[in-house]
Amino acid sequence: MKPVSFEYCRADTLDEALDLVAEFGSDAAVLAGGMSLGPILNMRLARPAAVVDVNPVEDLSGIRLLDDSLETGALCRQADALDSALAGDAVPLLAEALPFVGHFQTRNRGTLGGSVCHADPSAEIPLALATVGGDVILRRRGGMRAVAANDFFEGIFTTVREPDELVTALRWPRRKPETGYAFDEIAQRHGDFAIGAAAAVATVASDGSVSAVSLGLGGIEDRPALADLSGFVGAPATARTALEAAALAADRADPMEDPRASAAYRRQITRVLGARVLERAFERAGARQC
Amino acid sequence: MTVDGRWVGAPVPRKEDEALLTGRARFIDDMEPVPGIRHVALLRSPHAHAEILSIDVSKAASRPGVYGVLTGADIAAATRPIPSAVRVPIDYYPMAAGKVRYAGEPVALVAAEDRYVAEDALELIEVDYRPLPPVIDLKAAMKDDSPLLHEAVGSNVAHYRTFRYGDPDKAFVEADRVVRLDWTFPRYSSTPVETYGAIAQFEPAPDRYTIWSNFQGPFILHALMRDALKVPGNRLRLITAPHSGGSFGIKQGMFPYLVLLAAASRLLGMPLKWIEDRLEHLVGSSSASNREDAVEAAFRDDGILTGLRFFNTVDVGAYIRAPEPASVYRMHSASNGAYGVSNISVENRLVTTNRLPIGLNRGYGGPQFFFALERAMEAGARALGIDIAEIRRRNFIPKDAFPYRAPAGSLYDAGDYEAGLDKALDLAGYAALRDERVRAREEGRLFGIGMAAAVEPSGSNMAYVTLAQTPEERARAGGRSGGLGTCTISIDPSGSVTVKTVSTPAGQGHATVAAQIVADALGLTPDDIDVVTEVDTLTSAWSLASGNYANRFSSVVIDAIGDAARRVADKVRAIAAEDLEVAVEDIELADGGARIVGVPEKSFPFRRVAAKTHWHPAGLPEGMAPGVFETAIVSPLELGPPDDRDRVASAVTFGFICDLAAVEIDPGTGKVEVKTYVSVHDVGNVLNPLIVEGQIVGGFAHGVGGALLEEMVYDADGNPLSGTLADYLCVTAPEMPRLIIGHVGTPSPHTALGSKGMGDGCSMLAPVAIANAVADALGREDIDPPFTLNKVWELVAEGGGAG
Repeated sequence: MKPVSFEYCRADTLDEALDLVAEFGSDAAVLAGGMSLGPILNMRLARPAAVVDVNPVEDLSGIRLLDDSLETGALCRQADALDSALAGDAVPLLAEALPFVGHFQTRNRGTLGGSVCHADPSAEIPLALATVGGDVILRRRGGMRAVAANDFFEGIFTTVREPDELVTALRWPRRKPETGYAFDEIAQRHGDFAIGAAAAVATVASDGSVSAVSLGLGGIEDRPALADLSGFVGAPATARTALEAAALAADRADPMEDPRASAAYRRQITRVLGARVLERAFERAGARQC
Repeated sequence: MTVDGRWVGAPVPRKEDEALLTGRARFIDDMEPVPGIRHVALLRSPHAHAEILSIDVSKAASRPGVYGVLTGADIAAATRPIPSAVRVPIDYYPMAAGKVRYAGEPVALVAAEDRYVAEDALELIEVDYRPLPPVIDLKAAMKDDSPLLHEAVGSNVAHYRTFRYGDPDKAFVEADRVVRLDWTFPRYSSTPVETYGAIAQFEPAPDRYTIWSNFQGPFILHALMRDALKVPGNRLRLITAPHSGGSFGIKQGMFPYLVLLAAASRLLGMPLKWIEDRLEHLVGSSSASNREDAVEAAFRDDGILTGLRFFNTVDVGAYIRAPEPASVYRMHSASNGAYGVSNISVENRLVTTNRLPIGLNRGYGGPQFFFALERAMEAGARALGIDIAEIRRRNFIPKDAFPYRAPAGSLYDAGDYEAGLDKALDLAGYAALRDERVRAREEGRLFGIGMAAAVEPSGSNMAYVTLAQTPEERARAGGRSGGLGTCTISIDPSGSVTVKTVSTPAGQGHATVAAQIVADALGLTPDDIDVVTEVDTLTSAWSLASGNYANRFSSVVIDAIGDAARRVADKVRAIAAEDLEVAVEDIELADGGARIVGVPEKSFPFRRVAAKTHWHPAGLPEGMAPGVFETAIVSPLELGPPDDRDRVASAVTFGFICDLAAVEIDPGTGKVEVKTYVSVHDVGNVLNPLIVEGQIVGGFAHGVGGALLEEMVYDADGNPLSGTLADYLCVTAPEMPRLIIGHVGTPSPHTALGSKGMGDGCSMLAPVAIANAVADALGREDIDPPFTLNKVWELVAEGGGAG
């Protein structure tokens, strides 16, 4: 478990970091928290020519409130986001998802941006970002773009990030009125890669009907998957609707299979978790109307 | 801190912990005993079963920083195959020669300036394999048309023996009710924090191998290693590291790697170091066996168990690595468990497959054996409509029957099993739990209660593994018996005391308990006494049984410590008696002094009296030898040879454990939640309650892992699917159910302090207690651990359920 020989490049500024990823391109591995990159390097699953350490880049840190979103720097540590009252208040789904991310030791080091770039299908942060409709901010030398999270993930460990680009921040839409958020997952042990995870965002009208609803699924397909529940707009925000919506999402899912869980089991927990988070989101949306 | 003036029995904090917790404890990877050490990486087979057509190491050998590359053929030419107690033509070398038989088997070794370069060089070795059909399915492996691992054996069934005690056929004919269960027991492992590690150095003239490692013993394996290396015993020096980061049995399985490193050191002419990494550990160290077992139990209508038939099919993996087949014989002479049943038959099959060879793992054979017996007891109870506690109560060996000679030869020293059961029922609130089960089922919830009871054999007879041989084969091989414990206590010229236990602990706290025992004997405190636990086979007093396994510390080693301490005490008292001009009976050692009983002011400091043996030999009592260097070697008298009817006293002490589990299953997800777990132990006299509690909790964690999480999975091609700790799921703190512990101690007459061995503990019972509760919750007996989410959900979805 020793990595291949590589060049260690420390970037002290954003410009230096952008220069380095431009120089090495797909031969570079960007080191943020290193909680996934470390093992991947040691197992020689990644064989980069250069490891670009962006940890000293101050521009990549921090949590900022923008007009209609919360911006978290790519290097924002998961533990710092979890501790942040600002983030917890503005993006309740993130706050509920973070305790499921690894363990408190790994959260001290692991970053929000690193998790998004790594794009493990069962990861919680990509799922939360996709479900709330957030954006991934990418920069390259002389350019910047925002990609909707839903378009960012292409498959297992695969994203639309170009080799000369760096993810610099994530933008999370701020909490909306009359809207409830909920997150839950099932893993064999606490802190393991989820066998399945579900995140829900639901807005409930004053008459108790669903006016908007999103259900995101993690660990079920090869990337965070948003179920199309548009047919439930107008339905009563009840446990029964939650069950029916989750059942529909489960039927339409195309679950992965691995030694840990069959496709049938993943479909089952889509049903269980989907109903659980939708019902919780409905309740919370209702409670916020009072 | 003392209890009734004695350190033994008191909750003395562990001497070991300060160094461990502050990172100052030294492990094998911290050692650099000789200059010029080169670092080893091993190329391992990606195939489960393949012929090695050719290996080209030239590119690897010419890489800068590489000092040498060796293949299995090089090692085979320099060593002899490592033997086992099973007399079949299986040539087991530590590195594959000609053919690989499991994915992960070493095929080439690189020595380099560091591990990084060594791993780079591995990628430059070119091996041409011809894949062979893998033998993975245990039942298919036994068929006549199966591909063979070892052609010379002529079958994958490498060992087959049957045993009969009493008249089992009659018992089954006359039985009112017979239950039969068939199941698959998972292959799982130990996963210590610290993996295998070793440094080997060969020195010529005379040829001598020295190996530093975290090997745990048993040192009977030293004989096999020196045989493989073709040197007399005094030319193979094994030294263990000061600390070992956990073992739970698995560091027994490293001895072939020690042979490999030693041979490689000789061939390459340099000292070599190898620290196994986690990926290697999970595919190439060792594990318990997976099994395809069955049991039949004959009962009378009143619940009395009258007969047992065990059908054991053991997957030993690719080779029979010593001390296998011991895992299937460790419990053999206690095949009646905690019960009075006397008609027993046992059929043992050991099958080679293209999996990692098996070896010691906490409980060694116990989890599998008690799974059979205790599942059968509970299935019998359900079939007969008798309460699961009551059926055990009716069958327990009564407390006035001890010492009890078991049908297959074990001598159970002491016990009060019914009291243990009562304590477990009391601590669990059994009546309330049963009410809870009624309520839960009325609500449609899946709630179950299961129990298990075990005897805990401790302090192994080195001869029990020869049950693998027929009485005739044993007679030809010559006698075997015993299980020696050793200890040396010395006092240096400053009068300070050093104890050498040669017990290779891996975190158990031997140094603490040894210091307690010696402190009591010498009137000192545990802080006054230094304890050295490592082995050096050139300078330590050691024997075949030395090492750390089979709960032998508190069943055997303590008697050696006690004997040596008594001899030292007698000597110091004799000197003080002469100096104080009283009879030796009038001298007591207490409070750091040697003093006249009843006249505490007539006292000499202990150190001064002891130091006199060095400083002033002429002033010692007439005829007394100078110095203090007392070595005690004990061999428990109970441990005789197997008789011609295959009966043997396999262990010195037999503790008792009674566990009770209540579980609830979430039908939506298949999650098994352990709501209640009670474990009552008879460890004899408790030597240190802190250590006893730690051992029980640790054994429980291991057992919970086996019940709920852990399995070394192989696919149909023999690829290991549990090759990282993200795939092999061991128990961590959040998964630990709350454990309620109780004690019912019956002092052992087989040990001077009345203690019994107790390290295996719930590792043997949690799998079956939880399985019994799951069976009760689901209303079906056809269940196989581990009870993972997907598997349990499928069982629920198939229907059934006791509600």
